[in-house]
Amino acid sequence: MNELSSFWSGWIIVISLGSIIGSFVLLSIVRKGQRFNSETTQTVGHEFDGIEEYDNPLPRWWYWMFVLTVIFALGYLALYPGLGNFKGFLGWTQESAYEREVAKAEAEFGPMFAQFSQTPIEELAQNDQAMRIGQRLFANNCAQCHGSAATGGFGFPNLTDNDWLYGGDAAAISQTILKGRVAAMPAWGPTLGEEGVDQVAQYVLSMSGREHNAQAAAQGQQLYNTNCIACHGAEGKGNHLFGAPNLTDNIWLYGGSEQQIKQTLRNGRAGKMPAWEAILGEDKSHVVAGYVYSLSNQ
Amino acid sequence: MRHEVIEKNMGLMIILIVVAISFGALVEIIPLFFMKQTTQPVENLQPLTALELEGRDIYQREGCLSCHTQMIRPFRSETERYGPYSVAGESVYDHPFLWGSKRTGPDLARVGQRYSDEWHRAHLYNPRDVVPESNMPGFPWLFENTITGNDTADKMAALRMVGVPYTDEQLATAKSDVRGKREVDALVAYLQQLGTVIER
Repeated sequence: MNELSSFWSGWIIVISLGSIIGSFVLLSIVRKGQRFNSETTQTVGHEFDGIEEYDNPLPRWWYWMFVLTVIFALGYLALYPGLGNFKGFLGWTQESAYEREVAKAEAEFGPMFAQFSQTPIEELAQNDQAMRIGQRLFANNCAQCHGSAATGGFGFPNLTDNDWLYGGDAAAISQTILKGRVAAMPAWGPTLGEEGVDQVAQYVLSMSGREHNAQAAAQGQQLYNTNCIACHGAEGKGNHLFGAPNLTDNIWLYGGSEQQIKQTLRNGRAGKMPAWEAILGEDKSHVVAGYVYSLSNQ
Repeated sequence: MRHEVIEKNMGLMIILIVVAISFGALVEIIPLFFMKQTTQPVENLQPLTALELEGRDIYQREGCLSCHTQMIRPFRSETERYGPYSVAGESVYDHPFLWGSKRTGPDLARVGQRYSDEWHRAHLYNPRDVVPESNMPGFPWLFENTITGNDTADKMAALRMVGVPYTDEQLATAKSDVRGKREVDALVAYLQQLGTVIER
């Protein structure tokens, strides 16, 4: 697949060598045709705006520099791939250079990651070296959403507060990183109507002790018990199985103001954690899991 | 003084200059047109959908490639950060290619499916909402502008002329596929497919 047809291979060889040899020949002809072989005060005989040019020979250093570039070019083309399908005597390829680089790094870091992968996540979180690596992997891959301090943002969970959507034990964190998570809070606007949305919002506000309208909250509780209880639970403690947040702890993924709660109820939310297994690989995911675990289990 | 002949004949000088500078292109560019590695699509490569194609045009319009490359070079330092290095066969349907040459922001060749759609929307609206350290500009107008789709099919037809295998059916539904969609959704659709054809 990397091969050129013999026509194009020959084309490249002929033009490349032709231009190198051609420029050398041109240089030799020019040098031969010089009128003077040492510095002179004679001019070349033409004049532009009063500027004249001495007819000096080519400087010797310049000539030999040129010869050196010709020798370098020919040497380079002999050693490295450049002349059509000729592979060069060193056998160098871009792919093999990359593979060597990777193999070298694998030999250096492989045993360390292999050791990390045998260490349980809880224990890994105590390992300084692993945590420094984990922090860098986190900064490179996870910080875009969760922030460089892992404190999250609107719609992206804070990983330092020990409040977990899908569970904070080692196995759950590992699963979240490897396979990703997809949350689906349905849009309740059409079902509940604007009045229902307001009542449920009042009840949700009351759960975390926020200012609310008690009368509307009482009606909201009934709507909650028929519609929301399946995921968020009777006491609003949430459910790790569905990634349903705890509604009683005053920690808010999508904001805890009345307006924001209503918006969540009305339009639903669909948080998505991408799967990292294919991107990071198991070993690195394991180290990142250890880092995330360490954030709330110091 | 034979060089006087050249210096005093503009036409001749132009021709000789073109000949002199053409050798590099003859050797380094022309043979690539006939090399399978650069002309054959990688396995499973699909042309962009109408929406992704509109997103690609927005990517160009907003000058994303001034700061983002789409070209992961074969160095471990790059593949560790971005994923497998780019190969020519991934770009055969790209006209023009958007490899870029300047990384103010990160490379985007394999950004597809790395982050959620929601993240992309939040980030495009105001990057500092999600990445406080970012110096990328926000693109809030993408959330207001909608796509008419009036020339989507024409664009696809033009691409088909240069070898992108769009079907008649795709051209027929192009307008209805994109009409009324927000620009940001087209751009996110484009970003989410970048680099996904290669196994990681």
